Amino acid sequence: MRTLIFRTAAPYLTSLMLLFSVFVLLRGHNEPGGGFIGGLIAASAFAILGIAHGVHAVRRSMYFHPMAISGFGLLLAALAGMLSYVFRVPFLTGLWTSVSFLGVKVDFSTVMFFDIGVYLVVVGAITSVALSLEEREDG
Amino acid sequence: MLAPILTRLLKHNAAWVLSLAPLWIFSHFAGMLGDVAGGVPVRGGLEWIPSLGVRFSWYLDGLSLTFALLIAGIGTLIVLFSGGYLKGNEHQGRFFSFILMFMGAMQGLVVSDSFLMLFVFWELTSLTSFLLIGFDHRREPARRAAVQALIVTGLGGISLLAGLILIWIATGQTELSGLLAAGDALRGSPFYLAAFVLVLGGAFTKSAQFPFHFWLPNAMEAPTPVSAYLHSATMVKAGVYLLMRLNPVMGDTLAWETVLPLFGGATLLVGTLLAIRQTDLKLMLAYTTVASLGMLVMLTGFGSDRAIEAAVLYLIAHSMFKGALFMVAGLIDHETGTRNIGALSGLRHAMPATFVAGLLAALSMGGLPLFFGFLAKEEIYAALAVGGAWASIAALVAIAGNALMFAIAFAVGLKPFVGPTVKVPRRTHEGAMLLLTGPLVLAIGGLAAGIFSAVAHRLFSSPMASAIAGQSLTVDVSTVPHLELPLLLSGITVALGVAAYFGQARLRGAVASLLEAIGWGPDRGFDQVMRGLVRFSAGVTRIVQNGRLDVYMTVTFIAVALSILMPMVVFDELPTISGLPDPWFYEVTVMIIGVIGLGAVVYAKDRLTAIVSLGIQGFAVALLFMLMGAPDLSFTQFMVETLSVVILALVMTRLRLSVSDHRPIGRKLLDTTIAGACGAALGLLLLKVTQFPFDETLTKFFEKNSLVIAHGRNVVNVIIVDFRGLDTLGEISVVMIAGLSILALIRIRSRNERRPARRKENA
Repeated sequence: MRTLIFRTAAPYLTSLMLLFSVFVLLRGHNEPGGGFIGGLIAASAFAILGIAHGVHAVRRSMYFHPMAISGFGLLLAALAGMLSYVFRVPFLTGLWTSVSFLGVKVDFSTVMFFDIGVYLVVVGAITSVALSLEEREDG
Repeated sequence: MLAPILTRLLKHNAAWVLSLAPLWIFSHFAGMLGDVAGGVPVRGGLEWIPSLGVRFSWYLDGLSLTFALLIAGIGTLIVLFSGGYLKGNEHQGRFFSFILMFMGAMQGLVVSDSFLMLFVFWELTSLTSFLLIGFDHRREPARRAAVQALIVTGLGGISLLAGLILIWIATGQTELSGLLAAGDALRGSPFYLAAFVLVLGGAFTKSAQFPFHFWLPNAMEAPTPVSAYLHSATMVKAGVYLLMRLNPVMGDTLAWETVLPLFGGATLLVGTLLAIRQTDLKLMLAYTTVASLGMLVMLTGFGSDRAIEAAVLYLIAHSMFKGALFMVAGLIDHETGTRNIGALSGLRHAMPATFVAGLLAALSMGGLPLFFGFLAKEEIYAALAVGGAWASIAALVAIAGNALMFAIAFAVGLKPFVGPTVKVPRRTHEGAMLLLTGPLVLAIGGLAAGIFSAVAHRLFSSPMASAIAGQSLTVDVSTVPHLELPLLLSGITVALGVAAYFGQARLRGAVASLLEAIGWGPDRGFDQVMRGLVRFSAGVTRIVQNGRLDVYMTVTFIAVALSILMPMVVFDELPTISGLPDPWFYEVTVMIIGVIGLGAVVYAKDRLTAIVSLGIQGFAVALLFMLMGAPDLSFTQFMVETLSVVILALVMTRLRLSVSDHRPIGRKLLDTTIAGACGAALGLLLLKVTQFPFDETLTKFFEKNSLVIAHGRNVVNVIIVDFRGLDTLGEISVVMIAGLSILALIRIRSRNERRPARRKENA
């Protein structure tokens, strides 16, 4: 499995896939994509890195425990929903605001944060399972 | 909730602060006394589940209010007492929060109006009682007693729930206050007997009636404040409360007036006999509590006006003197280190204040004039003296029971204090202020209530008795002895009691030998039932969960295939297969790829190839989705396929399975059949679904509103994160929990692998 080509290509592949996953996540509102798919892409990116360079490298590069990431995502999604209470609308009602940034109008919404939460949960949960399965191979 | 923090800050002195909470509740309820004594119940409530007609409502009449005041008042004293009793215990904070939780639950129980609230609080008292009995969780007997109490009262709780639901069905009432007006409807209903038995199941287990009495003495493993509070003054009276509450509705029938006095009387006799056998102060008191509860049930069952008045008086008196005596026993234990009655004597010099409290409480329990207990006893005899043979038998039972209780009262409240001073395990000195407050206040309260009986009757006894009887009653018995039959019976009781007090050693021996002759009791029976239950469930588990994954899979998939196919075949709902639309060239190609993938799975030599081939088939399906215009779905399908191939491959390498599949041919055929059946079933189901006219309401709604309301053009994603956001929140929670549990499973396995002995080819 650990051929030179694979080992050399893996980090680039992983970074590209991660970038792509974020792209898929953010465009999900208007085009095919979204938090769930983005999360799956990111998880497979980490799995590739794990196969190529070993679990330890992945854990170091992720910095947080994957389960912690997952938990944070769940919290984020819940908080995005709770924000609705502050504005006295039912739980999980989408709230939108537009910010002008360098002359470009950017839309922010609680829905987006909710989707990011979904993304993080999926990444964290699947990566942690994949990593602990790979772990044994390292001995 | 604040209790543990406060306790850390203030050590045992936190009790002074914490006792303010029940004290405030007490004064709050005391403020209602005027209204309620005037016959106006206090009520209120909030809508809870309006669709079911369930309200979060409360209802306070004389009965509830007297209970509420007892709970809060004794609760205040108990919190103080436990501050002193558990001084230095590392878990004192936890103890306080448990006992305050219990207090809240118990208050809720007695003021609840709706059935559902009543049941919830009923169960909460069982749970907190479990926590408190098992407070010293390092000791085996404490754990056993806690589990036993939970199981017995918990089963009773379920029985009560069933009974309440039956009452609901029979009368259509969900609230006690409404039920009070619907008594005739209930008594005339065919459900009456069943509801009656089920409610009794709840009340008898909670109030420790024979033959369910055994959990209560075992519950004495709890710290003494708990025994004093839960297991004599309040919680065990919940069953009596329930019976009293339902008396106007369910009473006045043959069943009620037979069963209650019968069980109550039996409990009274058994309780006192077992009590005299004990040498442990707490156990003696525990069995007399069982007996007193029997007395209360018996009196409630008679249902005559005087019997109800007697029950009311006895209940109030009992809460006070038994609470005080328990605390005295606790004090003696705390200061001397022993509760064995044979080892205690002459404590009056060392503990004079305790002696006063014990003696006063014992006088009340013994029912001597001037004390509130005397009033109760007079009223009991007055109630039982008039009436037929049935009442006379009950009167005899009451005399016997009271005489024995008289003996025990003095055995606890007098005997340890008189006589020559003996050596005890600890150097004895008077208890601290925190410890003494409780028993002294309660004991003096018993005396004061007796002397100023007119006030006590007006405020407590009369409203409470009226609430139980369902009509206005006035209690007017006073401490002035009047030369009638009740006084004569009281005299006989006292004489017998004195005799029993002096002959208690001989009595104890007699009862002990009698019990040994019987040899079997409900307590041992409980153990036998539990053992049987454990063995039974172990057996069932061995059959259902045999630990072989392939068996689980086979059973699951057979069930899936059957559950889809059976209804279709039986109800003749198979889809009609009309001519397929002309497939596109691309579609045919993709399908061929899928079939090739499947073929590769079946013919693959080793497992890894099979898994990868499964991936081919999955990709083909994803392509099909793409062609049919579902980019999101195909996108996800691609990713899921990729990841599942990776993860399956990883799992396979971990499991150390043999490289190739070596199932016997018969097994292979079976598996193929099941797989084929599942596939066919799902396919048919989908065909059937598409043959129904498609309901476009939702689609139209989402298409119309996606951009307008949710600012998104991707309808699928908008549905996921906005319109059905709550579902998604639930789903990601599931994803995370599943991830955590898989992680845990892998960890367990890794740990086993480190032990070479546990290595197995397939697990």
